Amino acid sequence: MSQTHYPYDPTHRHHEHLHSEHCGLCRIELDHISVTAQGEALLQDVNLHLHCGRLTALVGPNGAGKTTLVRALLGQIPHTGVIRHMDERERVLRSVRTGYVPQQLPFDKQMPVTVTDFLAASLTNRPVWLGVSKKTRESVLSALALAQAEKLRGRMLGQLSGGELQRVLLAMALTPTPDLLILDEPVSGVDQNGLALFLDTVEQLKRRHHIAILLISHDWSLVRRYADEMVLLNKSVLCEGSPETVFGCETFREAFPAAAGEVE
Amino acid sequence: MQTVYKVMDALLPFELFHYAFMKNALLALLLLTPLLALLGTMAVNKRMAFFSDALGHSALAGVGIGVLLGISNVTLILVAFGICWAVLITRINRTGGTSSDTTISVFSSAGIALGLLILSGSGKYGKYSSILVGDVLAITPGDILFLAVALAVGIAVWVALYNRLLLTAINPQLAQSRGIPTKAVEYCFVILVAVAVMLSIRWVGVLLINALLILPAAAARNIARSAAQHALFSVIISLFSGIAGLCAAVPLGTSVGAAVVLCAAACYALSLLLARALKLRLQA
Repeated sequence: MSQTHYPYDPTHRHHEHLHSEHCGLCRIELDHISVTAQGEALLQDVNLHLHCGRLTALVGPNGAGKTTLVRALLGQIPHTGVIRHMDERERVLRSVRTGYVPQQLPFDKQMPVTVTDFLAASLTNRPVWLGVSKKTRESVLSALALAQAEKLRGRMLGQLSGGELQRVLLAMALTPTPDLLILDEPVSGVDQNGLALFLDTVEQLKRRHHIAILLISHDWSLVRRYADEMVLLNKSVLCEGSPETVFGCETFREAFPAAAGEVE
Repeated sequence: MQTVYKVMDALLPFELFHYAFMKNALLALLLLTPLLALLGTMAVNKRMAFFSDALGHSALAGVGIGVLLGISNVTLILVAFGICWAVLITRINRTGGTSSDTTISVFSSAGIALGLLILSGSGKYGKYSSILVGDVLAITPGDILFLAVALAVGIAVWVALYNRLLLTAINPQLAQSRGIPTKAVEYCFVILVAVAVMLSIRWVGVLLINALLILPAAAARNIARSAAQHALFSVIISLFSGIAGLCAAVPLGTSVGAAVVLCAAACYALSLLLARALKLRLQA
């Protein structure tokens, strides 16, 4: 598998006009994405650039189509329009490799599966009931190290706390290194310390691996602290730009009247 | 086959295993139980105990349809019917709004009723009623060879499928995001279970097949802490139950299948006690 890494360029952080037609940055490009289910439009003509090495916060009221957009990015639902991975020279790269950290992971807590089993099953084809090879064990360990979760390798999956499970899921989403990392409200049910550790880890990964990150969150202080860009979605993109810009948008204030006080 | 018998004579110098039918029965159990035990680990994890029960019950309908169609090869019709039945239940469960235990119960009852209806109506019930309890002592060397081949194929499919199936069992959405074709994986699994159940059913019986699939895996799950332990304990428990059941049932002149299942049930009870003891020790 070929990996394309781009050196982190700090000048990207304050680049203006990021969503013009040709922004000249490495990005995941969503071009006229629409999704219709049973005659109802769930997404209408969404145009969006998710830039490498930047964290984009996706916000929107319930039923705005955030989950639909994620599922389209993951290739789980049919959509019209194109999703492509572009480099800074406007060349189309291979298909987008996504890593996904779900909001919740409902699963059978009694299942006899360790963290190592769980990750090894996603990394190799050798069945984990035959034991995990030394080589795979090393890959599992380096995956866990990315999310600062090495200590969890021998634990049973069902015995992890919410924050620990989230770090394991992050480790899985990051192996192999994705072009786009999707964090679906990853912070619900996690204590504040776990939360800060999780997002600090994500921040480091963003810089080191130049991954584009899409964060779905309604924690405004969190969005303000960690997001480089912000998108307000309700069927289509209503407002986008820096968090300050979006917090100031008329459409944002209409969608989240209660948030206005918080973000000031 | 003679070589195998000679090896067995050397390994098992007991009076009980002097008879060829005992050797055959033992071989059959040694082949059948591990595959069922391995498949059982996932059937238990995926909460499919009822599903495999319905599958077993449908064997009677399979035989009935075979009689109607005039197909004399019981194994063939059982496997074909089992696959259809399994795919049908899975399909309805995936698309329907009814809770899965209800759907499965309908299939289970309908399978038995259809079988009884056809077999009683055609006057063949007596001939095929043995399938209800099975008779491992009647197995022939040819059957054993066939089972050995089937076991090898079954294990190969199981090895290829397992990791994807495990991720699907933990969470299908997450598995999908990893590019796993969860639907295909699930159908492969139910078909594999259907084939394993249908190949075993003539020897173990409709009434006991599910116990052999579920009990060792359920007992193992109580004490296992990893996927490898789950598989290992399940296979050990099923092999132990198979051998112990056979050795106990024949001198007593009773049903081998029933004795095997009772041994597995005893293992389950022991595993519960053991799990409780382990938990207490961990908490202390």
